[in-house]
Amino acid sequence: MKHIQADIVIVGAGGAGLRAAIAIAEIDPEIEIALISKVYPMRSHTCAAEGGAAGVKLSDDSLEMHFNDTVSGGDWLCDQDVVEYFVEQAPRELVQLEHWGCPWSREDDGSVAVRPFGGMKKKRTWFAADKSGFHILHTLFQTSLQFPSIKRYDEFFALDLLHEDGRARGVVAMEMRSGCFFHFSAASVIMATGGAGKIFPFTTNGAIKTGDGMAMAYRAGVPMKDMEFVQYHPTGLPGTGILLTEGCRGEGGVLVNKDGYRYLQDYDMGPETPLGEPVFKSMELGPRDRLSQAFWHEQKKGNTVPTAWGDCVLMDMRHLGAQRILERLPMVHELAVSYVGVDMITDPVPVRPVVHYMMGGIASNIEGETPMPGLFAIGETACGSLNGANRLGSNSLTELLVFGKRAAAGAAAFAAENDYPREAPALLAQAEAIVARVRGLLQKSEGNESVAGIRGEMMNSLEEGAGIYRDEEGTEIACKKIAELQARSAAIKVNDKSNVFNTDLQGLLELQNMLDAAECVAEASNARKESRGAHQRMDYVERDDENYLKHSMAYRQPGERPRIDWLDVTITRSQPGVRDYSGDKK
Amino acid sequence: MGTRQIELEVMRYNPEKDEAPWFQQYSVPCEEDWAILDALIYVKDNLDSTLSYRWSCHMMVCGSCGMTVNGEPHLTCKTFIRDLPDKVRVEPLENFPIERDLVVVLDDVMQKLQLAKPYIIRKDDPPPEDEEYPQSRAALKKFKQYTMCINCMLCYSACPQYGLSNDFIGPAALSLAHRYNLDSRDQGKAQRLDILADHDGVWECSFVGACSEACPKNVDPAAAIQQMKVDGTMEWWKQKFGLTGDKP
Amino acid sequence: MSRRPYVRPMSRTTWYMRNGRFKVYMLRELTSLLVGFYAFLVLFGLVALSAGSEAQWNDFLASQQGPEMIALHGFALLYFLFYQTFAWFNLAPKAMPVQLGEKKLPAHFIVIAHYVAWAVVSAFIFWLAGAI
Repeated sequence: MKHIQADIVIVGAGGAGLRAAIAIAEIDPEIEIALISKVYPMRSHTCAAEGGAAGVKLSDDSLEMHFNDTVSGGDWLCDQDVVEYFVEQAPRELVQLEHWGCPWSREDDGSVAVRPFGGMKKKRTWFAADKSGFHILHTLFQTSLQFPSIKRYDEFFALDLLHEDGRARGVVAMEMRSGCFFHFSAASVIMATGGAGKIFPFTTNGAIKTGDGMAMAYRAGVPMKDMEFVQYHPTGLPGTGILLTEGCRGEGGVLVNKDGYRYLQDYDMGPETPLGEPVFKSMELGPRDRLSQAFWHEQKKGNTVPTAWGDCVLMDMRHLGAQRILERLPMVHELAVSYVGVDMITDPVPVRPVVHYMMGGIASNIEGETPMPGLFAIGETACGSLNGANRLGSNSLTELLVFGKRAAAGAAAFAAENDYPREAPALLAQAEAIVARVRGLLQKSEGNESVAGIRGEMMNSLEEGAGIYRDEEGTEIACKKIAELQARSAAIKVNDKSNVFNTDLQGLLELQNMLDAAECVAEASNARKESRGAHQRMDYVERDDENYLKHSMAYRQPGERPRIDWLDVTITRSQPGVRDYSGDKK
Repeated sequence: MGTRQIELEVMRYNPEKDEAPWFQQYSVPCEEDWAILDALIYVKDNLDSTLSYRWSCHMMVCGSCGMTVNGEPHLTCKTFIRDLPDKVRVEPLENFPIERDLVVVLDDVMQKLQLAKPYIIRKDDPPPEDEEYPQSRAALKKFKQYTMCINCMLCYSACPQYGLSNDFIGPAALSLAHRYNLDSRDQGKAQRLDILADHDGVWECSFVGACSEACPKNVDPAAAIQQMKVDGTMEWWKQKFGLTGDKP
Repeated sequence: MSRRPYVRPMSRTTWYMRNGRFKVYMLRELTSLLVGFYAFLVLFGLVALSAGSEAQWNDFLASQQGPEMIALHGFALLYFLFYQTFAWFNLAPKAMPVQLGEKKLPAHFIVIAHYVAWAVVSAFIFWLAGAI
């Protein structure tokens, strides 16, 4: 096993990991950074984000309004100190990206343009056509190339956290191309590994989003917070689950059912708005949880459109005209043509809700700190409680910037304040045990289960039991099923015995990570007996602030079901109220 | 939706077992709307879990799944069964060493991206931290096309110059340099000139144009390189006659 | 046992047989042989001229007027037209794009401008040749 010594290890080189790396390099070029990623940085899933990044920009907007939209959008499960800090820092971070060369779309006067987004009271979503995440990721990656202190380890698959006396001390990773194991030791570790959308069968998420960082932290005893909150994006392409950005609706696209009726007005998001004149926080600019739930009801009523890929509703954008579509939404236009054969300039596009984002993740706070000293978590893998029970579109790209930077400062300070011995025999033993576990998986020659088989069963059981609507019975079945799959996964045999780029082995390791994340989702969904944001229980239809204005915290208990604890929500100035998406018409 | 049987002929190479690459046949029942990537996923999940390839987003933006399909470089998520015959040959990208099966070694081009100095370089101070650079829509349009590169490396696979000599900096890295040269916020053109106008830079390109045909994002690297030749020549004369403050 | 990246070398002599695009490219590059031929031709002409003997110069001129040479010059002209003039003029919009405000000038404008410039320069040369 090779040993790499760094001051700070960052796992994950997507938007959050890169932002943190650059921030550390700027704080002090002497700090040695090891940036580990299972893919080349530009492959990270940040690149698939389309619509944009939120930050107050126009004079008719205010931090207060962004705060209120975020907190009510999150159904009051957001930690409000975190939201306050976020809305305040957001504009500065977006300008910073502009200084680094991000090709933001512009207004006629040369200033950065902003567009409306779901659940936002004003235009405040900065965008680069419909490839905002792509441009943010590439800007960060390219900017990072000028800092020699950022040492990258591309295509290194992180296996597990190393910790000693309750403190994070590094990770063990496998170099994919050689199969060699690397022991990274560091004073602090930042997890930035993204979400776990791949635990569901139908998702906008890429293949790499398997909850690796969440599972590593979970196995090390760190709690997972609010894992029951899984965001369904209302407008995915059927079949592939490819995202059609909320920007489509921000620009004026509307949703209709099989009768051509704009059904959202029947679900507390009316009255109907004029075609091509979207009204903030109403109808198609309602929040994602409400829109996805409305689809579910339409499907139950038989109002959806049957297609070769299942039931859909239609997103009609024809009234926007070719020029606007091709200028502001060129990629989704191409995607719809390629994958479902529909030209949105001339025809409505079939869409359906699709798993998009995990509000939950590694429990972290406003500093990006987790309960384990020296371990920080940022981006989708973290739950810093900015997003509460439902994330507003375009808050997450800004989140990874704001908290990427903040956690970087924390990790650098932690590394400076906490000296650590360069040689640590206890850690070496831990690392050896991790390597032995993985070698054991590789060498195992018996077994009648397969990665694809167990993965498929996991996905289906989550969709069944912890989908858009849930109940006691369904979540209970899902919990048992996941536990059963955990046990059965021990009988998986890896057919590929090669050391070089063994994606069969990687698939198994990712499946184990996904099962850990799936366990948390199912168990937390089972434990929260109320309906809030993206978590809707058919047996507890009301929000219950009395008992559940709290974060769920799932702790791993090897061999048994996880323990769910509850943590108070931080409330500074906004008491729980009614989420009004009638565009102030009520 | 109907299925169609496709005979996939996939190049395999396991450095621990094989002296040289060889082809393996898989018969795959493909849905009509599948891309080649879906067929490979089917193979991995149902027929042969030892097949290695890279993929992630399945929406033409992460750049992972570039391979050679029936002799041409393609993103396999963007190469549809409906456009292909019943027999399809899938190989790794050309011009790169094969690590394993359909996975190639990308170290060289990753180095080259760095050579392009793909970040804003300033001589003057940037605006204050709460103020953006003004940039007209026309100024944005000037370089926007060259920001679209997803680093899928199809252009390197298509480029015979790069195939003949890996010293050539190559299409994607040069377009990336051009993207920053054209950005109204950047003042680093002279710094990029040293490497790019060198003989391994733009002048190694003989304008075959294959890179631009292969590019799945219409970046048109061939155009970028020709423009840089013009730019480089102008810059060289300017420096020759001391018309610029930059070091030659 | 571990990594052993396999390099598929590119044939230095036959790589361009791989596809039609490369073949067309090589046909374009073959114009360099004709360019070389004409360079020598000019050199011979200059030698003939500098020898100071009118007979030698006339011999040179006569050698260019046989049917084989006329055919060769005709072939060369067509070859240059196809693989240099037309090819490069068509590629010109890539090397010299013109942007007016937010709009790119359509490529065919730039191509047409090249043909116009070509006609003007040719006319000028004919005029010059006629005037001498």
